[in-house]
Amino acid sequence: MKRRDFLKSMGAGLAIGAGFSLEALGNPLANPQAPFDLVAVMGGEPEVMFEKGIAALGGMGRFVKAGQKVVVKPNIGWDKAPELAANTNPKLVGRVVRACLEAGAKEVFVFDNTCDNWQKAYATSGIEKAAKEAGAKVLTGNSEGNYKEVSLPKGKSLKTAKVHEKIMECDVFVNVPILKHHNGAQVTFAMKNLMGIVWDRRYWHRNDLQQCIADMVSFRKPDLNIVDAYRVMKKNGPKGVSLADVSLEKAQILSADIVAADAAAAKIFGAEPQTIGHIKIASEMGLGVMELSKLNIHRMKV
Amino acid sequence: MFVLVAVGFLFLDFRATLPSEWFRGLTWLQFVPSLSHFFQALKHGWVVTAYGFLVVLLLSLLFGRVYCSFLCPLGVLKDVLGWFSAKLRKKKRRFRFAPPKTWLRYSILLAVGLSLLANSFFLVSLLDPYSNFGRFLSGLFRPAYMLGNNLLATTLEALGSYALFPSTLPHTPVLALLLPGAMLLLVVWLAVKKGRLYCNTVCPVGALLGLLAKRSLFQIRFHAADCNRCGNCVFACKAQCIDIRNHRVDFGRCVGCGNCIRACSQNGIRYSLAFAYKPKGTAGGALQGGQKGGGSSICFQKASTPPPPLDTPEQRGHNTPPPPLDTLKRRFILGGTRLLAVVGGLSLKKVWAQNRPHKKDETLPRGRSRVKLLPTHLPSPPGSLAREHFAGACTACHLCVSACPTGVLRPSFLEYGFSGMMQPFMDYSGNFCNYECKRCTEICPSGALVPLSVEEKQTTQVGVVRFERENCVVVSEGTSCGACSEHCPTKAVRMVAYRGELTLPETEPDICIGCGACEYACPVTPYKAIVVDGLPRHQRAQKPEEEALKEKPLEEFPF
Repeated sequence: MKRRDFLKSMGAGLAIGAGFSLEALGNPLANPQAPFDLVAVMGGEPEVMFEKGIAALGGMGRFVKAGQKVVVKPNIGWDKAPELAANTNPKLVGRVVRACLEAGAKEVFVFDNTCDNWQKAYATSGIEKAAKEAGAKVLTGNSEGNYKEVSLPKGKSLKTAKVHEKIMECDVFVNVPILKHHNGAQVTFAMKNLMGIVWDRRYWHRNDLQQCIADMVSFRKPDLNIVDAYRVMKKNGPKGVSLADVSLEKAQILSADIVAADAAAAKIFGAEPQTIGHIKIASEMGLGVMELSKLNIHRMKV
Repeated sequence: MFVLVAVGFLFLDFRATLPSEWFRGLTWLQFVPSLSHFFQALKHGWVVTAYGFLVVLLLSLLFGRVYCSFLCPLGVLKDVLGWFSAKLRKKKRRFRFAPPKTWLRYSILLAVGLSLLANSFFLVSLLDPYSNFGRFLSGLFRPAYMLGNNLLATTLEALGSYALFPSTLPHTPVLALLLPGAMLLLVVWLAVKKGRLYCNTVCPVGALLGLLAKRSLFQIRFHAADCNRCGNCVFACKAQCIDIRNHRVDFGRCVGCGNCIRACSQNGIRYSLAFAYKPKGTAGGALQGGQKGGGSSICFQKASTPPPPLDTPEQRGHNTPPPPLDTLKRRFILGGTRLLAVVGGLSLKKVWAQNRPHKKDETLPRGRSRVKLLPTHLPSPPGSLAREHFAGACTACHLCVSACPTGVLRPSFLEYGFSGMMQPFMDYSGNFCNYECKRCTEICPSGALVPLSVEEKQTTQVGVVRFERENCVVVSEGTSCGACSEHCPTKAVRMVAYRGELTLPETEPDICIGCGACEYACPVTPYKAIVVDGLPRHQRAQKPEEEALKEKPLEEFPF
């Protein structure tokens, strides 16, 4: 074989391989039925916006296949009622769980490493009840025994972390954060929500929080991000003090690209994506696309 | 038994399944907490609800020490321990008459009384049977119970069920468990060897109620005419208060269990009206109602010298074969146990990871603090009004420690000084107080914690925040953090502009309630950058101000 032929066939093989792997990763560009990188929905109830949004993104079947294990990771950080917008909307979590099961998921797990007492946060947020009713298995995220040490070769500040075992075990990882103000990390959307799958968060706070948030994304990117912006905490976040902190925005963002989802969420929050430390870092690390102009966005009102 | 299981469960209910009313109801009759609560109510002008101790006093005057036999959880625990030890030793004739240790008994009672007059609650807390029981369960038995739960939960998890969940064990330091541990050893040893000796010599409640029981309306007495002196009643008497030679029952020490009556086949010992019965027979009469304790004790000491032969040596140290078990059943149990052991063994590692003692943060290159910032005082629980009130009302039963959902309440060692030993404090090294929770204030049986509404709790300042800028990671490393402000429920700690996109904590002590969330969350080591100084007298915090949002919700997509 000539050198040129060899290189040609190598190139072709690589291209095909890359094509396959892209398809396996669920790259939306590889799927003709779902041409959108990001879907933004406004004006409806959380579960209705999700139904419309996921349909526009190609349906839940694109992300969840029959017999797969799914983790649905909401933000259940605080012992706060749904009206106070400190936790992901329980109706949305319930609907997402149901969609996973409808798509044929074998098991759906829901948990978060909460900040307030976990039993209280699970109960007051309404998420435990909604998720269980939808058929999920609700686990504690506050037991160190469930966390396993992993290495993050691409991490800059975060080289190792103890990650919840279900994140390693699951076939599909669905990230369902709520959009909130955050007085330390500026904002908390999809990337910041991954702090709830690790054990030692104090390490992040000591070791350049913004960099650690981006580093975590390099470990395992969620397969789907659904940012709940139905009720938005605009100040005093992430815990909030009263209803005066909350604005009813009735919005939702769905994307397989966590950086794109956060960039769009930043705009809804009223901030430019490049001014948010971890969004900028993640974009520079090549973990996703921050520039909304480069994305194929579908906007819909309900 | 009901009391033991019910009161015991209060201390083990880490899943918080029981409502606060149950706690109050089940502890209402506990003598020392009730008495303490009664006096606190008089002192502070509260509506008096703590009549439980009066009921106990009345019962003692009518029927003898009913409290000690049926209501005191420690007493019942001793009976259970004694029963097991008797089963193990296969000893039929367990007890013999023993002379009362009158001098020791009333010295202790006097010392407790004097210490209370001197405003020290330490001695009464140390000796109160209910509080001792509480400390055994809360500090020593609860961790084992939770460990068992965790092992089971992890085993079930391995089998695919998530019905139970593993729970984080309390991180009580060993020093704080020393005193309860020593008391447990004493109580177990006395219970196994000497039945109710603790109740009849050490326990101040037993001594006090004994004084009343001696004069009670109904008593246990010999009917000498029917007694054949077989001694069965003596062998059965765990209070060791039956002097069969003289046909006397020391009703001040009798706990009214009725074992002697059941043991008697001749109806020679009966429970009857004290005054209706006039003693017969020549060997001295039944105990006279009005007789002084000292007088009767001399009489007992004289009579106690020649003990009847009690032990049956052929029954001791002799290994009887275990009761025959059906082989199939045995194999089934064995197989099941092995299966469980294998799965359980696999889970052990996980359980260890869950339950190993909390490691101190390792030395890290970043986020090291320099200024030695430590709280001036450790805060007492919400509802404890002031350190002074708490010190003079808390019997350290640790019911609040057991019921606290976050585990922020911890038994003290010397944090409050010697006189406050074992009384709980707010330990922010491992947890913080939940803003919405007021559980401890609802269940305290002794009036040490005053019930608070959620609103009152949320403005009760148990301590005040103090921030040390030099230690803060935002200043020392120039990186984002905000963990303190993030956890603050009132925004008494808020982030203000610092450099570029960075923000730095700023405190507003007026709205701080001292919950410790900031101190807990602060990531720097070895000293925190933010701590809560406990207030010796709790204050009222101002409510955080609400400011309406300026922007209107979006109407169009911003991208």
